[in-house]
This record gives sequence, C-alpha cells and structure tokens, in this order.
Amino acid sequence: MAPSVGKSVPRVDGPAKAAGSARYVDDLVLPGMLHGATVRSDVARGRLLGVDLDPAFDWSGITVVTAEDVPVNSVPIIETDQPVLARDEIRHAYEPVALLACEDRLRLEKALRHVALRVEPLPPVLTIDDALAAREVIRPPDNVSKRYLITKGKGGTAGPGVVDGCEVVVRGVYESGAQEHVYIEPNGMIAFWDEEGAHVEGSLQCPYYVQKGIKGVFGLPDDGVDVTQAVTGGGFGGKEEYPTILALHALLLAKKSGRPVKLVYGRQEDVEASTKRHPSRVEIATGCDRDGTLRAVSIRVLFDGGAYVTLTPVVLSRGALHACGAYRWEDVHVEALAVATNTPPNGAFRGFGAPQTIWAIERHLDRIARTLGLDPMELRRKNLLRLGDTTATGQTLKESVGVEECVEKAIAASGFVEKRARGPVVTGRLARGIGAAVFLHGAGFTGSGEKYLKGKIAVDLLPGERALVRTASTEMGQGTETVFRQIVADALGIAVDAVDFAVPSTKNVPDSGPTVASRTVMVVGSIAERAATELRARVGQEATARGLSRSEAWERLAADPARATALVQYEPPPGVVWDDATYSGDAYPAYGWACDIAEVEVDLDTFETKVTGFWAAVDVGRVMNPTLCAGQVEGGTLQAIGWALTEKLVTRDGKILNPRMTNYIVPTSLDAPPFTTILVEAPYSRGPGGAKGVGELPMDGGAPAVAAAIEHATGLVLDRVPLLPEDLFEASLKGDAR
Amino acid sequence: MSVTLTVNGSLLTLEAPPASRLLDVLRERLGLTGTKEGCGEGECGACTILLDGVPVNSCLVALGQCAGREVTTVEGLGDAQHLTPLQEAMVTEGGAQCGICTPGMLLSAEALLREKPAPTDGEIREAIAGNVCRCTGYQRIVNAITEGARRREVRP
Repeated sequence: MAPSVGKSVPRVDGPAKAAGSARYVDDLVLPGMLHGATVRSDVARGRLLGVDLDPAFDWSGITVVTAEDVPVNSVPIIETDQPVLARDEIRHAYEPVALLACEDRLRLEKALRHVALRVEPLPPVLTIDDALAAREVIRPPDNVSKRYLITKGKGGTAGPGVVDGCEVVVRGVYESGAQEHVYIEPNGMIAFWDEEGAHVEGSLQCPYYVQKGIKGVFGLPDDGVDVTQAVTGGGFGGKEEYPTILALHALLLAKKSGRPVKLVYGRQEDVEASTKRHPSRVEIATGCDRDGTLRAVSIRVLFDGGAYVTLTPVVLSRGALHACGAYRWEDVHVEALAVATNTPPNGAFRGFGAPQTIWAIERHLDRIARTLGLDPMELRRKNLLRLGDTTATGQTLKESVGVEECVEKAIAASGFVEKRARGPVVTGRLARGIGAAVFLHGAGFTGSGEKYLKGKIAVDLLPGERALVRTASTEMGQGTETVFRQIVADALGIAVDAVDFAVPSTKNVPDSGPTVASRTVMVVGSIAERAATELRARVGQEATARGLSRSEAWERLAADPARATALVQYEPPPGVVWDDATYSGDAYPAYGWACDIAEVEVDLDTFETKVTGFWAAVDVGRVMNPTLCAGQVEGGTLQAIGWALTEKLVTRDGKILNPRMTNYIVPTSLDAPPFTTILVEAPYSRGPGGAKGVGELPMDGGAPAVAAAIEHATGLVLDRVPLLPEDLFEASLKGDAR
Repeated sequence: MSVTLTVNGSLLTLEAPPASRLLDVLRERLGLTGTKEGCGEGECGACTILLDGVPVNSCLVALGQCAGREVTTVEGLGDAQHLTPLQEAMVTEGGAQCGICTPGMLLSAEALLREKPAPTDGEIREAIAGNVCRCTGYQRIVNAITEGARRREVRP
C-alpha cells in the first residue's frame, strides 16, 4: 500500500459538506424540542436587584430559568469565578442573567422583551489603563488577574534596566484591539436529559471541556454526561471554552422544562456575548550593538482579560513566551500582566496571545532597523535563532529549526530584495510597498501541559481489514478527520478509506485533550500512529503464532474485544524539562517557523490599503496533506490580515457598537490577496513523520508584515492594529509621513 | 395564503404566511437544511440560493416573492454520492474546510459558470464576494471554481 501521508488526500468530510447533507447543530431536530434564548445585562457593571417578569404577558408554555435554578453556579474553567447565570452582581454587558424556552420561536422573541432586569449601575472598568489605575477594584487587590516573569542572563538581576549600557537602546509601544472569531456558524447546542443523565450535542472543539463543566455544575459522574460534537462550522478557538456555557444553559432549560432544548445564537448575540482575542499593549526596550547584533530585551506585556478569568492565564503565558520573537538575546526581562475589566470575557483565539506579542516584537525589529539604518530583513537574518541557540526561557534548540530556509524561500518567491530596494512605487494616487515578518510558534501545550493532560487515543481493528480511530480531537474544518485517517492507514498498511473516524462523543472516545494549541497532528497524531503501529504488530504476531494470513489474523483480533483495541496515552518526550516556578526550560517541545511577506497598495487620497500579494513560507516539520496544510496557512493568514486592516471592535460604555457582519468587517474574496504558500519541512523527531503544529502559526505574521509594507509604501510608522483608513490618515497628520 | 413555486425542479404549493423568510421555509418546512444561516441579514451569504438562476440571500427573500418562480438550493446540485464536477472540485482543491459557507459558495459559483463557462480569477472573486468564508483565505475556492469550470467542459 503506497503511503498516503504527504499526499493531498481529499477531505473525507468534503462530499457531505459540498452536498449540503452534513448535519450541523441547527440542522438537528428532536421530538418535542423547545427553543432557548438568553436574557442579558444591558450594563457593564452593577448590582442585580431583581429579574421581573411582566405580569401582563402570557407566560404559559414558557420555561424561565434564573440563578436560583443552577445547582452549582460557577463555570469550572481555570478558576471558578464566572457564574452560569448572574445572581446579584453584573460584571459585563451581555452577561447572562435568565434563560427562556418555548416551542414557538416567535413567542420566545416576544417573551424576551417582557423580562426586565432591575440593576443599580456601578462605574465600570473598561480599559487596561482603568484597571491598572485601580480607582475601582473589581479583582482584589489590584485588578491584576495573572502575572508572569521570564528572565535570562542579566535580566534576573538588572530587571527592566537590562538594556542599560547597550550601545543602542530602542524603545517602542505596540497595541492591538479585540478580534471576533466570526466562525460562519454561530454557537449552538442541543440538550436533553434521560435516565442516563445529561446529553448535549453541538458546535464545539473540546468535548471533554464541556463534560467537565456539566459535571461540575450538575454534580454528575463521568458516565452521567454525554457530550457529542455536531459537524462544526469553524472554531478558531472561539469554540474552545465558550460552548460549555451554551451546554449548561441548554441543560438548565431542558431540566426545568422536561423537554429537549435547542439554543442557537443569532450573529449579533454571538458577537456580543462570546469571547474575543485579548486587546493588548506591549512595551519594548531593546539594546543592541551599532552593527545590529541584538543583546538585551525588556518587555512588558499587558492583556485585557475582561470580566472573568476564562483561559486568560494560559493565553498570557503563550503571549509572554513568544514576546522575544524568533531572535537570540543574551539578557531578557519579560513581565506579563493580565488585568480584569468589565468587558465581556476574552478567551481563546487562534494564536492564543502570540499574535499580539509577535506583532509587537516584529514592529520593534523594524524600528531598530530604521534607527540603525539597516535593512529590516538583514537585521532579522543576523539575529535569528539557530540550532544550538537558547531561547528566552533558556531552551536549547536541538532540532527542527527551518526558519532560515523559510526566509530564503519567501524572499526568492516574492522578489522581496529587489522590490524593497526599489523603494515605494507611486503610480498616481497609489503607493506600493512590501514588508516582512519572521516568527515562530510553539506547538503543543506550554511547559508541563501535555504531562498533566495525558492525552489518549484508541484505534480499533474492525472486520474486513478496516480500522476505527476514536479520539476527542475534533474536526472543525482544519482536517483532523482526514489527516488522522492518513496516519492510521499508513501505520496499518491499509487504504485511507478503510479507516473510519468515530463521531467525537465522550461516551465512545477517550479524552485526547482539547483540540487547541496546534497540538492535534503533532501530539495526538503521534499517539494515533503509535496505536496503529501497535495493532499492526499484534496482527503480525497473531499471523505468525497461528500460521494465519494477515487478513485471517486481522479477523480473529477484530472479533476479540480484549485484543481488537489499542488505547495509547501520550508520553512527553524525555529530556523536555520545564520549571513552572521560574518559568524557564523547554517551553514547547517544538516550534513551527515562518516568514511572511506582504505587498500592499495604499490609496494616498483615501488611505485604503489593499494587500495585493502575500507569500508565506512555513516550516511545519512534515507536510501531512499539502492541500489541507496550505489551506490552514492561507486561512490563518487572512484572519491576520483582517485583524490588521478591517476588524475593529468599537465599544462604548462596555457595549459593542458594531456587533454585526454589516459593520464588523471580515475580509471577502475581493479583500484577500492571491496567496503563494511555500511549505518547508525541518522534521521534528517526535511528531508523526516529523510533523509539528500548523494551526496557529499563520495568525502571527500577517499583521506585522502588512504594517511593514504600509510603512514601506507611505513612510507612516504604525504601531497599533487595526489600521483603518482613518488610522493612516491620523498618522499622516502627525507629520511622520515621507 | 398559498404560494406555488418550483424548488429543485419540483412544483410545490405551500400554505404559509407570505412574509415567511424563504430560508425558514426551505429549512423547516421542506427539510432542505443545506441552506445555512450565518447572519440573518444578507451579509455572510451562507444562505445563498438561486432564484430563477440568480444568486440571492434567502434570509432576505419572503416566500411571497417566490410565487411562480424557480428556487435552486444545494440539494438541487449533486448529492454526496453524485457530486457535480463543481462540487467535486470544491472538495479536491481544498475549497471547503468547515463547510458552512460551501453550499452558498457553490450556488454563487454555479450561477457564474452558467453565465461564464471559463471565468478569470477576478470574475470568480467578484462572483463570490457576497459569500464570506472564514477558513480558507479564498485562494483554494478560486482554484476550485477554476478547476470546476474545466471539469464541466469535459463532463458537463
């Protein structure tokens, strides 16, 4: 059987999606089902005095749930600070306070307008600066919810002064705004109860996260909760922790009404209530030699966590660990803080804190180059991490560093050197420029994460020389289902279409850990390969021991429940050592590396920016499926371009003024550049076939590459995304335009 | 009020309020759930169908506007075992990832290819500008439609 890994095997879930027969949560109907809706706070902060139902309204056939109905009123994520429904305190606009369910959706809509919340408003904390000023304390003692310190060399003793004494010190401040995921399928969940316990099915990335939430709130054992993933219309991190809330809400309504309940958000509700990418401010000071050799860096990372902790500590951790970029530094001091505000909680979004800090360090490298009069790419090349170098956490890079190849290939494909040297090309009112970013992204969980997770996978031998993969790693468009079949098929020596992929449901798949952190192929894929290899050996031994043909041996094993299955648990590679106390050591088992080059055209009259070309060279270790892999790179890059150019979340008094696709603008086919994607392979010894993660990496480089290209075209120095025409206009008024 | 229209080639008479959204009628009355709702206000294009061959957002069309007209949904293309060349190309070229925009995307492309059997990249991008995809970056959708056009020439 010819290997399938490395080939563009067509997406296995593709035909049903192209025929419209794939069943997403909103396509599911259960007998007697009610529709659910959420009553939300209108203010950002206040005391909740009461929930009043209009006595003049006909409430028959409508189920109402409030905090009184919640057995344990806290959503178990990292902390337990977030209530399932607000009881006496409102901490952000759109906070859920009550739930309604009704068979008739029109009556449900009407009923929503007949619930009044009595709230005594309090002054909200709405920005990072508000939170740090601590005039209002919403998270004692100082509104800081999490803090990390990373030091290396003199950074441990000199602190932020680590750059003092360097030949050239450069300082900069870089900011980024919130970003909404805009998966095209909004959040949705369907729930019911029976004698076995709670059942939910919906749009989600992490079945076992949802199960954990349900167990905690309803006090149920593992086998009393069944969580199933429906076909999921995009996640990007937005369906990592958030779907737990929908599952809990739908189950509360189902429990009280005694009927199945479907809870599907409309677009506006989804944008308003769900998590966002953390707004950030990153302050950087660097010291280098006059020839551009980087020496020391001091960075202060500030993330707005929003009203509840959700996953903020781990997002901040990843942000801090990527803050020094893809470069060598002898002396490092990175201080990272997350603050609490009265905005809707921020959470997981592709890149998970790294896009904010990579944005900052890449813009800062451009600033250093400008200060020294060096070519920005030459400055980068001079200081790139190489094999044998150590990162900011003291991790020595022992293998799989393909960054130089990425840089060479991206430069060659884009004509970067010639275009850069030619300077901005101005034709009429259009100015054309080109810019680049070089970056890395840690694959898998940070530090000790994988050790604690103990991700598992099962592969079963089925009759007819077929196999079944059972994993909680979900398909949400990125290609898990197809790539896992390829890995298992190759390891077992059978065809890809002889491998089935079980619907992820906590009752029949083991806990592989969450589908996040660019870990699916590298970590869970590696144990899929191990499980299949173990089964292949078992088949071989059975054949030898009993003098059977391979297919006879396969049939015997498949018929024997005690021997048909291989259940394998992930073991972190030996030699990967991380110290949580000092935040030092091997932060990630491996890194993906990339070089992005953007070419833009800026209209000098309107300040509109169009990205006219984009080249991404990406080291993924091993390309499992070229079409799917390049699709990840291009899709992630366009999300980064959206974050850079159009996706501005406008807020006032803690409320979102543009919670619709009409005014929160994600790129269309006309906004997207043609992509040239170059896949580079510097294999990682512990990944299946050498593979590392790819999901998040492409989110990191698009924004700084675009900003550098705009700077090349116009001379405008831009340190905050998004960059709307009005932002360029304002910058041009400051007189720093060419 | 009763409304008579053709859906995927079948003549139907439906008893429903004429202001019902065509999207809801298709999904809930006719069980044609391949037409998706992404925003409900004509911005995302997930609910695109063809009305007398022209792509429209079915969330913005009232049932009453469809009287005597012909509606084509994704179910009117090929089923999963019998994909049309265009649907097939969408899968093999990587034009579908999460799949939620795919039905609408295919109908916009179908309308384009009926008009222009060999469109340029620019014409393709224009034709699908009303169909938002958050997964692919569009490059592979453009490639898929180009490839679908080529395969139609060979096997219409």
